[in-house]
Amino acid sequence: MDNLYTITRQFADSWGLLALFAFFVAVVIWAFRPGSRNTYEDISNIPFRHEDKPARVETAREASGATLKEAWK
Amino acid sequence: MWDYIKLAVLGLTAVLAAIAANYAHDLAYQVNALTAMLAAAIAFWWALRTAGDHRPQPQTEYNDAVVRAGVIATAFWGVIGFLVGVVIALQLAFPALNFEWAEGYLNFGRLRPLHTSAVIFAFGGNALIMSAFYVVQRTTAARLWGGNLGWFVFWGYNLFIVLAATSYVLGGSQGKEYAEPTWHIDLWLTVVWVAFLLAFLGTLWKRKEPHIYVANWFYLSFIITIAMLHVVNNLAVPVSIFGSKSVQLMGGVQDAMTQWWYGHNAVGFFLTAGFLGMMYYFVPKQAERPVYSYKLSIIHFWALIFLYIWAGPHHLHYTALPDWASTLGMVFSVILWMPSWGGMINGLMTLSGAWDKLRTDPIIRMMVVSVGFYGMSTFEGPMMSIKAVNSLSHYTDWTIGHVHSGALGWNGMITFGVLYFLTPRLWGRERLYSLSLVSWHFWLATIGIVLYAASMWVTGIMEGLMWREVDANGFLVNAFADTVSAKFPMYVVRALGGIMFLAGGVIMVYNLWATVAKQPARSALTAAIPAE
Repeated sequence: MDNLYTITRQFADSWGLLALFAFFVAVVIWAFRPGSRNTYEDISNIPFRHEDKPARVETAREASGATLKEAWK
Repeated sequence: MWDYIKLAVLGLTAVLAAIAANYAHDLAYQVNALTAMLAAAIAFWWALRTAGDHRPQPQTEYNDAVVRAGVIATAFWGVIGFLVGVVIALQLAFPALNFEWAEGYLNFGRLRPLHTSAVIFAFGGNALIMSAFYVVQRTTAARLWGGNLGWFVFWGYNLFIVLAATSYVLGGSQGKEYAEPTWHIDLWLTVVWVAFLLAFLGTLWKRKEPHIYVANWFYLSFIITIAMLHVVNNLAVPVSIFGSKSVQLMGGVQDAMTQWWYGHNAVGFFLTAGFLGMMYYFVPKQAERPVYSYKLSIIHFWALIFLYIWAGPHHLHYTALPDWASTLGMVFSVILWMPSWGGMINGLMTLSGAWDKLRTDPIIRMMVVSVGFYGMSTFEGPMMSIKAVNSLSHYTDWTIGHVHSGALGWNGMITFGVLYFLTPRLWGRERLYSLSLVSWHFWLATIGIVLYAASMWVTGIMEGLMWREVDANGFLVNAFADTVSAKFPMYVVRALGGIMFLAGGVIMVYNLWATVAKQPARSALTAAIPAE
């Protein structure tokens, strides 16, 4: 009875299922965590920042803030 | 030093391929070996000519040359793939087109995998690789990692396509749908794919943006999952290292389940997750506004990858597969409807407040129709995975109609939109050559898809009903040949739809060519001048 097939199958429809589902629920909660709005607004503007050239190495950190404003022009 | 290693490896490869060609057991393998020898020899010559050259990789510029090559390859393979599709559609309607003199090379059975691989792997694959390279650079604000690794991925992947295509026509196939390439081609693809993964991961690693934009999540899941699926589904022992034939490691229902776990996730991760990566970058860019809801995109991503991986068993309803497994596949397929529509809504609502663009911009129209077809086929798919529906639809043309509304509508249209978006930018042109030609392409393609899908619904449901029709005594009413002759008019309509779609593709190629060749380059003055 306790061959590999049965063991893995029992694991899959009990703890495995629970673990995956719990991970997914955690992701949803995490996505809606308080204060996430500003972060996501910033991320969703990434495509509008560095169209022509990569960010310069030394100014990388300020660049993400400066070009954010530029994208809203 | 690196140049010498490269020359040694390429020279050795050419010699080994020549030896393999000499000892080859079958023609498909022999032609593959000769192709590999030729490719290695050309690469050797190129490496020799450029040995010791200084090849700068300026970190202040994006590597767009490899993306340009990808745009050309995508357009080229697209038209080839659509053309082969039209040929086999006509072969089904008019069997006389399986010419006597080409029997065993150009008959339906040989051309069909050529068509599916050309459109999925050559057209779709090149579109995914080039757009992944474009998007990952723009959204990480960093040059593509690995120097010329991107070029290795491009040439290596296209060599894989040539090897697979010639192999199919000459009879090399391991008989697994969408995984036909024989073992030595599979090994080569694995090498190329690892290089693709490294180039992508390396660029993410040195990103200048603190966050990883959602499109990259989709691209990365596509690359990793395809690697896993490809390796597991192609576990096989070659009969001889000098022949195409190999024996699968798994047999019977295990092999069937592995094949459709692969097959459905090729749809889920190659044709869906990868192309969703395109959607999440290019739809916001073309609409000039950020994605509707970034939170929804995160949930879309996790729900999609958690659910898709389980949906494969719905390809094996009413077979030797255990009932619980096929029920599991059905249930997950139905649940999958939700994240799919979440993604569709996210893509469409990105246009909220900019719907007027639909009137003026045929490129955004293409993208919107593409997302619409994504929604339609992700509703149709779960419905068809329900056992009761599947008992009617399976093995009929309905399945083919479903696949094509997804592939032509969703994958095709979004790729066309991306090609129209990229060409002027990558070649430094002010605009496309002609927007009215884009409109022509749009309408030809859309009407072509509608003809295709509608005729396949009719013929699919008809033949499903004819197969199960019994008389008062319980005898089957129709012979198989009856369904074949009943399907003739719909097959002609389907071929017509395919011809329209192909015509649209040809118009696109002309338009893209003219954009580069017939228009002046953007004047240097409009290039960015710092305001300070």
